[in-house]
Amino acid sequence: MAGLRQIAMQGRAVLGIVLSQFRTLWRVLGHTFTRADTVQYPEQKPALSPRYRGRIVLTRDPDGEERCVACNLCAVVCPVACIALQKAEDAHGRWYPEFFRINFSRCILCGLCEEACPTYAIQLTPDFEMAEYDRRNMVYEKEHLLIDGPGKYHDYNFYRVAGKSIGGKDKGEAEHEAPPIDIHSLLP
Amino acid sequence: MSVGSPLNIGLILGAVIATAAVLIWVERRLLAVWQDRLGPNRLGPLGLLQVAADMIKILSKEDWVPPFADKGVFVFAPTVIMVTMLTAFAVVPIAPDVGIIDFNFGLLYFLALSSLSVYSAVLAGYASNNKYSLYGALRASAQTLSYEVFMGLSVMGVVMLAGTFDLRVIVEAQQNLWYIVPQCLGFAVFFIAALAESHRTPFDLPEAEHELVAGFHTEYSGIKFGMFFVGEYIGITLSSAMMVTLFFGGWHGPLLPPVVWFVLKTAVFIMLFILIRGSLPRPRYDQLMAFGWKVMLPLALVNLMLTGALVLMVGSDA
Repeated sequence: MAGLRQIAMQGRAVLGIVLSQFRTLWRVLGHTFTRADTVQYPEQKPALSPRYRGRIVLTRDPDGEERCVACNLCAVVCPVACIALQKAEDAHGRWYPEFFRINFSRCILCGLCEEACPTYAIQLTPDFEMAEYDRRNMVYEKEHLLIDGPGKYHDYNFYRVAGKSIGGKDKGEAEHEAPPIDIHSLLP
Repeated sequence: MSVGSPLNIGLILGAVIATAAVLIWVERRLLAVWQDRLGPNRLGPLGLLQVAADMIKILSKEDWVPPFADKGVFVFAPTVIMVTMLTAFAVVPIAPDVGIIDFNFGLLYFLALSSLSVYSAVLAGYASNNKYSLYGALRASAQTLSYEVFMGLSVMGVVMLAGTFDLRVIVEAQQNLWYIVPQCLGFAVFFIAALAESHRTPFDLPEAEHELVAGFHTEYSGIKFGMFFVGEYIGITLSSAMMVTLFFGGWHGPLLPPVVWFVLKTAVFIMLFILIRGSLPRPRYDQLMAFGWKVMLPLALVNLMLTGALVLMVGSDA
């Protein structure tokens, strides 16, 4: 009798395998009536979120000044070394990049530069349509990168919150900053 | 119009080759539908001109023979599958007055030619002088030999019921009752064997691309590769036509003209082939062999015995 039971169990297993094939066929056939996921690209644009990692821009602070302070952190963190820049200093003591160059034929749009940037200057945008006929046109200079607005962070102004003194704003005059302590004075 | 007239022959040949070409598009579109994609839809209405573009591309490619290949056999191999599949179509009775030739051994002729088509894979794999091609050829021959056995046995039930090998008489015998009803087991076995014979997924081990590059046609390109492809599609059409002929009453059906019924039924089976490709995974090679010899062959024999007993009990005109 044990043999019979074994045969019955095997039979049930085989039946399960066979039925599973038919169930698979039926499921796949059911997809005749589901909508295709395809986006017909040139005519139909895909919906990209604001945080999509596309073309890189350099933003300005709310006062319209360049945010970039040429700290080089983006260039250092860039895994493909596609960012090049040179620091300069203006009459007010503000640092800014003398040139800022991104080679988009190398850029992998990983977004690490945006993460590294201490001033929200460098940001990635939801634009990926950057095809060029000439490879040299993929190298963007500062005038191509710099936009007029503040990008994703509307109110942030690095020099207004940072302790660095520039023309028109001395030490201790930044937001949430106490005046510096005179360490030579014994008064409390 | 009568069977075997030049007009008939020309029309059927043209229709079969056109079907094979259009099937490239049909398969891509249907697979896309079942995978929630769109498939080729840019070129011409519904993407139909994609076929023409593919043809132009494949015909204008360099006709290259690898220097290490056995040149004569290498060139000969792709023609085998085209020739056997096309000549096998000669015996398919499409409608009462449409067909190329009626043999009284038509079914045997079909079985013989569908077995011969394996020479295409074997010779291609051998002539390519490439180990993956040879593996593919080896698998193709083993698979065809095993599945040929019960493909022949599975249709013997039909032969017993109809009392003839003549396909036209078999169809006429299904006037009142399609053979799918008394021969459902035979049909299941025949369907699986036909799937294996035409090297379609899940039985496409001779060209399993994840292990054998492309199997027996690894070294082929251009028009010679195209002939393998078209041969495979003609094979699908042929298998579908044979299923319709043997089990689904051929041209019989209400209202519509016989040719339309035949084409409709064949189209359904072709789409079933594509659906299976879109859903079932490929088994391991030893599983394939075990399935053939340990499951399908006994099933075919059981079907044969049951049909024989039935015919003996009821009388040969059952």
